[in-house]
Order: sequence, then structure tokens, then C-alpha cells
Amino acid sequence: MKPPPFEYCAPRSLKDAVELLAADPSAMVLAGGQSLIPALNMRFAAPSRLIDIQHVEGLKGVVIEGGNIIVRAMTRHRELELNDEVFRANPLIRETMAHVAHVPIRNRGTVVGSLCHADAAAEMPSILLVTDGSVVTESPRGRREIPAADFFQFHMTTSREPDEIVVEAHFPVLPQGAGWAFEEFTRRHGDYAIAAVAAIVTRAGATDVVSLSACGVASRPIRLTVCEQIFAAQGFTDASFKAAGEAAKEYVTAPDDIHATNDYRRDLLASLVVRAVEKALTRSR
Amino acid sequence: MSTKMFGARIKRNIDPQLLIGEGSFVDDIPLAGALHVAFVRSPFARAKIKSISTEFAEQHPGVAAVYTCDNIGALDLELPQLIPHPCMDSPRTQRPLARGDVYYVGQTVAMVVAVDRYTAEDAAALVDVDYDPLPVEIDLEKAILDGAPLVHPTHPNNIAADLVQISGDPDSAIAGAEHVTKIRVQVDRSTAAPMECRAVAATFDKVMGELTVWDSTQGPIAIRGGLASIFNIDEDKVRVIAPHVGGGFGQKVLLFYPDELLVPFAAMQLGRPVKFIEDRRENFIGSSQERTQIHEIELYAKKNGEVIALVDRFLHDTGAFIPYGIAVAQVASTSIAGPYRIPNIRVEFKAVYTPTVVVTPYRGCGRPQANFAIERAMDKLAEELGLDRFEVRRRNLIADHEFPYLRKGLLFADGLPVSLDSGQYHKALQLLTEKLAPEEFAVQQKAARGAGRYLGLGLSFYVEGTGLGPYEGGHIKIHPITGKVYVNTGLTSQGQGHDTVFAQIVADQLGVAVTDVILVEGDTKAFDWGVATFASRAAVVSGNAIHKSALIVRKKTLAAAANMLEVSADDLELRDGAAWVKGSNRSVSLAAIATATNPLRYAFNESAKAATQFAPASKHDGPPLAEGQHPGLEATDYYSPPSATWAYGVHGAIVEVDPEICAIKIKRYVCIHDCGNMINPTIVEGQVMGGIAQGIGGAMYERIEYDTEGNLINANFVDFLVPYATEIPPIEILHLETPTPLNPLGVKGVGEAGCIPVAAVIASAVEDALRPLTHEHFYHVPITPSAIHAALKKAAPAN
Ligand SMILES: Cc1cc2nc3c(=O)[nH]c(=O)nc-3n(C[C@H](O)[C@H](O)[C@H](O)COP(=O)(O)OP(=O)(O)OC[C@H]3O[C@@H](n4cnc5c(N)ncnc54)[C@H](O)[C@@H]3O)c2cc1C
Repeated sequence: MKPPPFEYCAPRSLKDAVELLAADPSAMVLAGGQSLIPALNMRFAAPSRLIDIQHVEGLKGVVIEGGNIIVRAMTRHRELELNDEVFRANPLIRETMAHVAHVPIRNRGTVVGSLCHADAAAEMPSILLVTDGSVVTESPRGRREIPAADFFQFHMTTSREPDEIVVEAHFPVLPQGAGWAFEEFTRRHGDYAIAAVAAIVTRAGATDVVSLSACGVASRPIRLTVCEQIFAAQGFTDASFKAAGEAAKEYVTAPDDIHATNDYRRDLLASLVVRAVEKALTRSR
Repeated sequence: MSTKMFGARIKRNIDPQLLIGEGSFVDDIPLAGALHVAFVRSPFARAKIKSISTEFAEQHPGVAAVYTCDNIGALDLELPQLIPHPCMDSPRTQRPLARGDVYYVGQTVAMVVAVDRYTAEDAAALVDVDYDPLPVEIDLEKAILDGAPLVHPTHPNNIAADLVQISGDPDSAIAGAEHVTKIRVQVDRSTAAPMECRAVAATFDKVMGELTVWDSTQGPIAIRGGLASIFNIDEDKVRVIAPHVGGGFGQKVLLFYPDELLVPFAAMQLGRPVKFIEDRRENFIGSSQERTQIHEIELYAKKNGEVIALVDRFLHDTGAFIPYGIAVAQVASTSIAGPYRIPNIRVEFKAVYTPTVVVTPYRGCGRPQANFAIERAMDKLAEELGLDRFEVRRRNLIADHEFPYLRKGLLFADGLPVSLDSGQYHKALQLLTEKLAPEEFAVQQKAARGAGRYLGLGLSFYVEGTGLGPYEGGHIKIHPITGKVYVNTGLTSQGQGHDTVFAQIVADQLGVAVTDVILVEGDTKAFDWGVATFASRAAVVSGNAIHKSALIVRKKTLAAAANMLEVSADDLELRDGAAWVKGSNRSVSLAAIATATNPLRYAFNESAKAATQFAPASKHDGPPLAEGQHPGLEATDYYSPPSATWAYGVHGAIVEVDPEICAIKIKRYVCIHDCGNMINPTIVEGQVMGGIAQGIGGAMYERIEYDTEGNLINANFVDFLVPYATEIPPIEILHLETPTPLNPLGVKGVGEAGCIPVAAVIASAVEDALRPLTHEHFYHVPITPSAIHAALKKAAPAN
């Protein structure tokens, strides 16, 4: 459990970081290290160069601007979680972050690192997805914005090009009066989700909009579009909850694993969808 | 200082040092210029080794040596079989480095020694081993079938040992039974997962011919004996030190792990200190594990619930080798009847080789499995006879006047017949009944069900044979300068608090503060007679040895003080670090007495003046030391228990099961516990709680997962689920204290107690909670959410 040899770089400017990354196809970005360092120690990853971005100017902090919570790359989980303005703008974030690992890990791990790591059972990717957020990358070709729906490709795989550094994540502010909920099941407190559901209920006049995403159940975080449509079409009735639960089961593609059978995960997801929507509904105005 | 320390709730002496990070573990021992070890381990569960090429690894910069079975001289041997038993036919043990064959994923094949661990790991990746994989069978029940792939061609059906034990006359009793209950239960494999993995460091002093080894072992004296014999050097030229050790739970009592021989060997060969610090993955795939057993248990009873015979057949997974013999299976088989009279018993086990990490005792050592079998069967019997679960137990518990209760024919791990020595089993069950109030609970349970919530109550009664021999010793010496009392014993500590409880025993006899008693253990240079720390034996065996030594030192101290103060010893009392003439302010300090009992030539300080040959503390004619008299205030004595002493207890819990998401929440957990006289209730509670936490791990979370190829697929803390503090509920503990008649202190062991009944408690409670939803039983632990889900999917009861 010692990493293989690598070159360590700690650039101060984004320009240098981008150049260092572009110059070495097997280089990797190091943020909070909470996923990458264990991977190095177990020799699952063997980059020739680590580009530590913690000293890069302009990558720290959170701002709320133009309807988005802009989370810069070196923002630690805990900073976002405890930020009261963020809570007011999108309370779903704080509720969810309590499920991301444990406080000591949240003190070091970054939100953007979690998005880039893109574990299929990680919570924050599913929040980016349910809020229709995006990430912004920087590379020798310049900046580009990638919507969440395009970013997460597969377990631990994103559409980020190897020479791109993600500099920001944009989490949209919740609409006025929207209800929210994050329901998760883990076997131990703070573990990655066996299954989790994020729900947003926006009451827009006569039409209610329900946004739902899940993690832990497929090869990447997913939008539960069919469930959303059921609520949109049928409103909130016993029948629609039941139908949405049933529909949710079809999204479970994770095979039996040591923590859960596929059969159990299907029923679990159905229950979590019902619980999340119920809770979000009671919180909506 | 006249307050009695034995029995007092005092804080642990060792904690401040450990809590501020000033403990000194093997990896903290400064060894200038030390080389570091990494192993090449088998990636196959069973394979032939066609060739090993070390060339590239040897050439790698920073590498000092690469070892395989071909260049380790006398170490190329089958390691010792530690505990022989006639039921094992040519038992198989591992070689330090594989020769020809590998038998489990993780087995050591080559050892790289380099300037640091990073380099050693880089070079280990360059060792090229060519394997020819062989078929394997991981499933215990399939492994014993004809035609199953064999772990060792020498052992047909993979049977390592087969033993039948009989107590009473089961056949006749069975013929007279009115009811029989049969169930099959399974407990899965787990691992101790100590916070500090194993570690060994060694240095060899060529000039003195002395080998010093730091080893995170539970048994340094045995390690020393083994090293001396394998390297053929005098025991006094080998010093083994177990410094602070971060948890052991049995895993660190096995000897030898390959590294325990290879690291000293490399240090001798290379003339430099050498270190091996096991990492977490290696601890999972290389250090021993325990638990998998499958029991088929039958209870033969009368209609009133009285069990008159028990038949149990079980399979015990021993892993690829059986170095520790049948200890785990034997403890399980002899604990099978628990606290119940059951006069007729037939128990048979087969120990089975599987191509997996070796199985040796892990806290509990077979008892959790036996407890799960008997207690789940008692619940089933109650269900079948329409009896209450408390009542069926009440009707079978051994009564106070029936002790000692002998189970002739069942030989325990010390080779002696099981004899439950003492207890108040009925009172314990009564206390649990009062605490959990099952009748009131039934009302709440019913109301909750009406509201769609599922509460359940579970219980389990256990016994634990503790304090195995053969013996331990204690050396006590009052220090002449400071008056502090040094206590040396042959044990080691992995965090239990020996230094505090042994100090309490000594403090009472010598009238000193607990903090003035300094325990030295885990160092063969400090005390080298004894066995090791395991089997809940430290307080019983070393505790009594130290007590006996303290009595001798007390007597010597009083005699010397009587001479110095010119009174009769009967008129003296020892308190506040001095001997006092009762009812007066005349006293002499222990330091002064210790000095004065050592006839001196040179008066190097004030109190030494009193000890020069002209002023000895003994009054006699002739030489300063009378014939038969020894200098100073010290003594060594030993304690050898006549047999195990049996602790016991009963646990109960109230859980809530959420049937939609299949989650279990433990709402209350109550433990009634009796380990005889308690030296320190706080430490007893710590042991019990830690055990319960491990028990909860085994009941709901921890399972070592091998795939069908024998790969351990959750060899990390992400997927092997040790419960966090957040998963452990508050635990209510009530004590009973029934002194054992077997030893002077009246103490029984407590180290393993907590973990034993937990799986049965949780299973019993979950079953009770889900009764309206399913008739399925929970006979397999850990109980996972998927298992609950599967049970709920089976047809729900008709009503
Ligand atoms: C015990 C434990 C429990 C955990 N439990 C959970 C959990 O329950 N849920 C959960 O979601 N996570 C969990 N995590 C992971 C944690 O959330 C990590 O913080 C997160 O996954 C990665 O963030 P990081 O800043 O540490 O990234 P790093 O480890 O530094 O990097 C992770 C990956 O992302 C890449 N990367 C990081 N930043 C950038 C960037 N700006 N641009 C491009 N690539 C980048 C790295 O190259 C690397 O591949 C757990 C971690 C631990 C150790």
C-alpha cells in the first residue's frame, strides 16, 4: 500500500496547471486526495505525474451568481455544506452532504473532485444531475461547459478530456417554494449509497414539476425520467406513487453484489422514490 | 489508602499515553538504517508454481535481497503444528515461502528486502512467478463431497479432522423424547481487523550474538522459544518484545506467521535491522480469520420444554492449513449445550480444508457459532411447543445448587472435562426479564404493529470457559529508591488495561497507590516464564499469580518493617506507601524498607546508610543475609488453574425493522453479565462493550467474501463492513458477581464475553419483529438487508 513513483507538481496558476496536464498524457489532477490517494496506495492508479491544484490561484471558494451556486474546484465538501447562503439557495445540498462520507473526509475532499471521480454510488453527482447543473473545464483549447446529463458516462468515467481541468461546478438555485428531499440507504452511516434518491418538487401554478435522480443503482447517476413523467401526468395520488415506485425498479441495472441483491435494490429504490417525493412534497409551497 | 482498590472503578493507567499519541508500536521503534520488506503473494487460491524469476527484482536499485524457498536455508520447512490432537491425521501447515504449491490467495511466495517499503513494493512487482492454476471449491458443504477439488492431495474430501464427543447416554434419551426440534444454522467468516495490523522488526548484534525482535504478537515467550529452536541459538540470546500493540483479538496469537521468521532471518543475513509492517490488504489476505461453521442441531425434549438430549453435527472451515489444531471447533463443540442442564449430548464436527486464509481463534473462538446454534434452537423449540422464549430457558437452566456441573465426556480446550463451576443463571435471566419487561413490550409491539411499525425482542444466554492454563507467573519488586512497585509478567497487552487491573491487585496487598505500580510485560528480558494473552485468561491466570507474589512480598515487607520499627508484624499496617505502627504516627516507607533489606557496602544516599552491613533490617546473628534469605523485597510466584472457570451472561435487545428498506435499528441493548469478582468494573464494561460491538459486526455487517475462484473480494474497509461507532447503540450493562471457587481472587475471564451471544440476540429479535410478515427464520449471520428482503418475499403468514 505504497504508491508507485510519480512526479509531484504544485503549480500556482491555472495556466501552469493546464500546461502541466497537457504535457503529460498520464498525468492526473490531485485535489483533496480522498479518492486518488487510496487508489495510488493500492496501485490501482499509477500516474507518472500528479498535479496538485490546491495552491492554484482562483480555484477556491463558492459564489452565488446568475441563478447558480458556483463551486470552484478546491472547495471542500465541508465548506459547501456549512455555507448558509448555499443552504438558503439550495437546501438540498446540505441535506445530501450529510451522507457524503464522514466529517474528516469532507474536510479534505472536494465537491468537484467527487464529481470528477464520478463513482456511480456517490451522492453529489446525482445532485448535479437532478438540478440540471453543469461543470466548466479549462484546457489548452479554452473553456467549455458540460451539462451534468452529458458529463457522467459510466462508473468512474466522465466526458472530461484527459487534458481538461474542471474549474467549476454550477449547481442551480432551487426555484422559490420548491420542496426537496434526499433519501438514502447505506449499510453503515457515511458509506456510499446502496441506493439514494434526490427529489425536487416545484409547484408551478397548476402544474407540479418533479425532478428525480438516483445513485447507487446503475453504472452512473441517473434521472428517473419515467417516474417524473408519471407524477407530471397523474399528480400525487396513491396510484401515482405506486406507479412511480414500480417504474423506478426498471432503472436498477446494478447486478447482485456483496452489499445488495438486484431484487432488493429494485424494491429499495421504489421505496426511496416514494419517501423522497412525499418528503419533498410536504416541504414545497 | 485504606480503600480497597480491587473492585474500584478507576481510570486506566495507560490511557493518557495512548490518547496523546505517545504509544510506541513496532513501527515507532527507531532502528537506524532499517531495511523494509514487501512480499510477493499468490494471486491464485490453488496453483502449482512452475518457476520463479527474481532477476529483475534483484537488479532494481535499492533492493538488498530477494528470498524464495530456495535461499532461506533452515526456514524452508513446514511450520510447526502448535496444538496436536489425535483426531487430526497428518495435519498440514504452511511454509514460510511457498515451495511447489500455493494454497490460498495471499500466501507468501517471495520476500523482497529494500531500502524502503516503496522500493520493496516496486521490486516485488518485478518478481516473475509462473503458476499453473488448479481447480478449487470454496463452498464448505461442497468441499467434502467426493470428487471435489482437494486442497491437499493427502486429505480426501478435504477433511482435516473429525471428532465425536459424547456426554451421558444420548441414544436412550432420544428414544424417550416427546418432541424434537431440528435446525440448520450458519455463521459466516469474519476477521479480527485489529487497528494496528501485524508488524515485526528485528536486529542482530553479531558481537554479542544476540537477536532482538519487536513483534506485535500476543505471545512473545512462545515466539522466542520458536526462534531459538529454529535458528538453534540459546533462548537467552533471543529477546522478543511486544511493545504497544493495537489490538489482537486472537489474530496475533498464531505463530509463526512467515514474516515472524523471515524478518529475523534477513536481519541476521544482511547485518542490518529489517522491518515488516503489514498493510491492511495483507492483513485481510494473509493474517488468520475465523467463524464459518454450519451446524445441524437437534434438541430432544419433553412436552414441557425440558431438553433431555442434544445432537449437533457441524462443519468447521479451517482454511488452507491447520496450525492451531482444532481449538476453535473444540471450543464450539464443548460449549454447545450452553447454560442448560441437557444431560445427554452427542456432538460431532468435521474440520474442512478450504483454499483460503488460515483459520485460528478470533475473539469468541467458536463460542459465537455454538451459541447461535443452541440459542436459535431454543427459540425454535419454544415456538414449536407454544412456550415463551424466556420460559423455555428457565426450565432448562442449571440451578445454583447444581454447581459444579460436569459434562463428562466433553473435553474443553485445556484437555479437561467441561465443568461449569459456579453461577446464578436463574437470577441473571430474572434481571433481564425485569429490564426488558417482555409482557409490557408485547403490548407496545402490538400497538406499533397497528401503526405499521415492526418491533421485536430477542435474547440469548451464553457461557464462556475462561482462564485456560497451563500457567502464568508474576514477579514483584519494590524499588529501593522510589518505593515504586514493579510487576513483571509473561503476558502482553493489546489495549485491555492489564497495567491497571494488576496494579489494583498489588496495591491492596502492599498499600501503595495504583499509579505507583508499574507493570512490565511483553518483553522476554523482563519475564520469560509463561504462555500468552488469549482465551480470556489474563486476569484469571496472571492475576492470581501476581496476587500470590504480592502476598509473599507483603509478608517480607511486614517482617522487615517489624524489625526496623521494633514491633510485632501484627501491629503493622501497609498504607500510603509505608508500613505504619497501627494507631500511631510511626512509620517507615517502603523505599526505606526495600533499601534496608538489601545489605549494602556503600552508603550512596541517605536511606542507604541504614542498609550498610552494620544496620541490616533483619535481626539475626551471622552474615548480613541470613541463610535462605534473599536481598530486597521481591518475589516470584506462579498460578496454574485446575481447569477453566466459566463466566456467563444473558443479553437481550429490542429492535425495529423497517420492512420497506430492510433496515434494522437496535433500540435497546441490555447485557447481564457475570465474570466473578470484578477487579475494575469500568474495564469489565469496556471489554463487554467492545465485544458487543464486534458481535454486532458479526450479526449484521462483517462477512469475508470469497468469490468462487477463492479471491477475497472485500479485502478493504470500504467493503468489509466493520460497524462504526454510529452503528453501535447505547448498551445497558448489569453485573452479577458470583466468585469462582477455583482461584484465590474468585475471578473469571471477560475478554471475549461480549461478542458471543449477539448474533443470536439480533436474529431472535428480527424474527420476532417480522413475525406478522413472514414465517421465515433467521438462521444465517450476518443478517443483511438482502437477507431480510428475501425472507419477506417468501409467502407471508396467512392471518
Ligand atoms: C472513507 C471514505 C468514505 C467515503 N465515502 C463517500 C461517500 O459516501 N460518498 C461520496 O460521494 N464519496 C465518498 N468518499 C469520497 C470523497 O467524497 C472524495 O472526497 C471525493 O470522491 C473525491 O474528492 P477529492 O477532492 O478528494 O478528489 P481526489 O481524490 O483528489 O481526486 C479524485 C479524482 O478526481 C480527479 N479530479 C479531482 N479534481 C479534479 C479537477 N478539478 N479536474 C479534473 N479532475 C479532477 C482526480 O484526478 C481523481 O481522478 C469517501 C472517501 C473515503 C476516504
